[in-house]
Amino acid sequence: MRASVPPIETTGLTVAYGPNPAVEDVTWTAAPGLTAIVGPNGAGKSTLLRAILGLIPVRGGSVRILGEAPAAMRGRVGWLPQRAAVDWDFPASALDVVAMAGTRRARWFGPLPRAEREAARAALAEVGMADYADRQIGRLSGGQQQRVFLARALAQDAQLVLMDEPFAAVDAATESAIVAILRRLGAEGRSVVAVHHDLATVRDYFDQVLLLNRRVVAAGPMDTAFTAETVAAAYGGKLLRFGAGETAVLAEAG
Amino acid sequence: MDAASFLQLDLPPLLAALLAGATCGLLGSLLVLRRESLVADALSHAVLPGIVLGFALTGLRAGLPMLGGALVAALLAVAAIGMVQRWARLEAGAATGAVFTVFFAVGLLGLEVSGARSVDLDLDCVLFGQLETLVWPQATGWGSLVDPAALAALPRQLGLMAVVAAVSAVAVAVCWRPLKLLCFDAGYAAVLGLPVRALETGLALLVAAAAVAAFESVGSILVVALLVCPAAAMRLLTDRFGTQVLGGAALGAGLAALGYGLAGPLPAALGSALSVNAAGMIGTLGGVAVALAALLGRHRAAAG
Amino acid sequence: MIPAYNTLVVLAGCGLLGLAAGTVGCFALLRGRALVADAIGHAALPGVALGALAAAALGIEARSLPPLLIGAAATGVLGVLAMQALGRTGRIREDAAIAVVLSAFYAAGVAMLSVLQAVPEVAQAGLSHFILGQAAALRAADAWGAGAIAAGCVAACLVLFRPLAAACFDAEFARVQGLRVGAVDLALLGLLVLVCVAGLQAVGLVLVVALIVLPPAAARLWAGRLPGMLALSGGFGAACGLAGAAASAHWPDLPTGAGVVLAGAVLLGVSMLVGPESPRALRRVAAEPR
Repeated sequence: MRASVPPIETTGLTVAYGPNPAVEDVTWTAAPGLTAIVGPNGAGKSTLLRAILGLIPVRGGSVRILGEAPAAMRGRVGWLPQRAAVDWDFPASALDVVAMAGTRRARWFGPLPRAEREAARAALAEVGMADYADRQIGRLSGGQQQRVFLARALAQDAQLVLMDEPFAAVDAATESAIVAILRRLGAEGRSVVAVHHDLATVRDYFDQVLLLNRRVVAAGPMDTAFTAETVAAAYGGKLLRFGAGETAVLAEAG
Repeated sequence: MDAASFLQLDLPPLLAALLAGATCGLLGSLLVLRRESLVADALSHAVLPGIVLGFALTGLRAGLPMLGGALVAALLAVAAIGMVQRWARLEAGAATGAVFTVFFAVGLLGLEVSGARSVDLDLDCVLFGQLETLVWPQATGWGSLVDPAALAALPRQLGLMAVVAAVSAVAVAVCWRPLKLLCFDAGYAAVLGLPVRALETGLALLVAAAAVAAFESVGSILVVALLVCPAAAMRLLTDRFGTQVLGGAALGAGLAALGYGLAGPLPAALGSALSVNAAGMIGTLGGVAVALAALLGRHRAAAG
Repeated sequence: MIPAYNTLVVLAGCGLLGLAAGTVGCFALLRGRALVADAIGHAALPGVALGALAAAALGIEARSLPPLLIGAAATGVLGVLAMQALGRTGRIREDAAIAVVLSAFYAAGVAMLSVLQAVPEVAQAGLSHFILGQAAALRAADAWGAGAIAAGCVAACLVLFRPLAAACFDAEFARVQGLRVGAVDLALLGLLVLVCVAGLQAVGLVLVVALIVLPPAAARLWAGRLPGMLALSGGFGAACGLAGAAASAHWPDLPTGAGVVLAGAVLLGVSMLVGPESPRALRRVAAEPR
């Protein structure tokens, strides 16, 4: 059964841009379900995701995705990148962007196959953006743009979806749309691994956590891995207060 | 003007200009969308040493050795830009400037030492283009257009340009959707498992091939105008990818034909002895097109 | 053999020019504007043509440099303004603006030159030397002039060192501190135009950008701090200028620009391999056991 295969397994993964490693010796097995990657700024969270996807070269270690080598999984992992990197003036509508999810499945030329077009429209509708299908992407608000890219990740129809800061700087409507989609994906037995920065909502949105600060600080189910001690360890004592209740208050140096 | 003199003197340069304009407009749109306009600048300069080397090795001003040399030089230049970026911590623009000037300088040096300059490969051709020198003396009338013997005597440059144009058109059509994604979000293309590296290399090779083929007609530096100006003008006028790319090709062809007409045949028809360098006229029109598009685009933005 | 007076003056002029290009280029590179020099250089061609035409109309000697350089500066500035106007559309990125301006202005220059060949006074001026540079054709008076402009640019860079450095390091912070970054950028662009124009005859408009980019790029691999980088960059620029002029004196057919650029390429190549601040060297240091 699919659900028993860990969505991501890394062994001794090390990534370095310059002389100093950004991610060091990460040996980690994600359980199926919804997983948050949490850690301070510069902890290597995005780097880890990008290395898992093979977008950046790794210095050492190995990655397995759903039990297979990453190369074999190319195109079968959904991906929601951090907002910003694209050219918002690009001549493309919201529907064009979502339809890009099918670039590998569909043939490369000619009109978009009907099935792909409908999948794209359905994904747009699911994030509440059906009315904006023909709008040029630069003319959408930041939250709407984020939802379009979420729809693109959904349209990939992948067993595993990676998200880099999906909740960063989004409006309330977008946040609740993302949460609804996380729950739907979880209920369908799919896995999501997301970089998350808001300690207050980690428990509500996710099942498991990976606390990262260049190395693995703690990993596993919320109850055991996401405690005052592990969070303090991950944030290097920069924690001001981590109450017994549901809230966390945190100050990061810098 | 009778049919024979049109066919002999005007048809070959006109066709070469049309093909070069369409090909460069098509590929240029992709470069501009990828924010790699300076790659157009770089490759059109960087192919020079390859052209000179191909010429020096074979002693022929034939298409294939020069094309081969140019493609090798283009690949080396792309690799060198990446290397300089990493090893000298330069941003892409500055690294591009550092590399293509060096390649161009090596080409100039090659022209000197190989003696190619004195023989046939004129520096003026590199700097100014020689559209006007494409002639078809074997044409005797409209009948020549269907006469295989006469057709075989069409200028060689025209054949190379036609082949590059056809290959570019087919390649862009076949890889339409991956190219669109590559331009928009190369990282996502890699996540989807598209052959990003191959597509990028292929695009660079096509641009280099277009630069070489157009080099003999419009000149090395004016290739940049054909690659960038139609694309930039369309960029100001449309929000649709298809319109951008196909419109860029159409605009490039149109500007090239109009520029050629304004440079030579029109003054001649008006009885003026004045004749303007056709490549210069085409490039100037490219700039005018961008300026007009900027004005139109502003009106549109204000209205919308 | 003692080189002729003319040769010595040309060497000195080219050396000064390289010094100025290296100095201004250092700030231009750090501010991310180095490639603007490419647009300015190419945009100067129609100005050179117009300057020659004006000189002919006014009856000034055809080979006299000032009208040509004034024309070059005028269209160079026009090119910068065109780039900024394209940038304001919000649709044309800076790289595309540079490419559009350099190619369209250059094309206009080529078109003008072809027409002006019919004017005998202009045809004699040897304007195509401006495209690739011909230091050997420089006369003592021209070399003095170029050298003077270059010296002025170096002096301006030293006077403006603090504001330029602040704008290059962190423009936003400098603005908060009350520095008029817009004015500083304008000054930098003005200096770029001056250096490019002064270098036209010696280096050529196609390759003048190399003299702006290569020396500071190499200098940065040796010096970790700005004053050192600036001094080295100027020195490297001067060395490139001298090497180019010397090569041109030896092989009159070789375009000076090519010699200048190849000297710069050697400098950058060596710096990438052995420069103490190069990424390779830094990686080696980090890899050593502590």
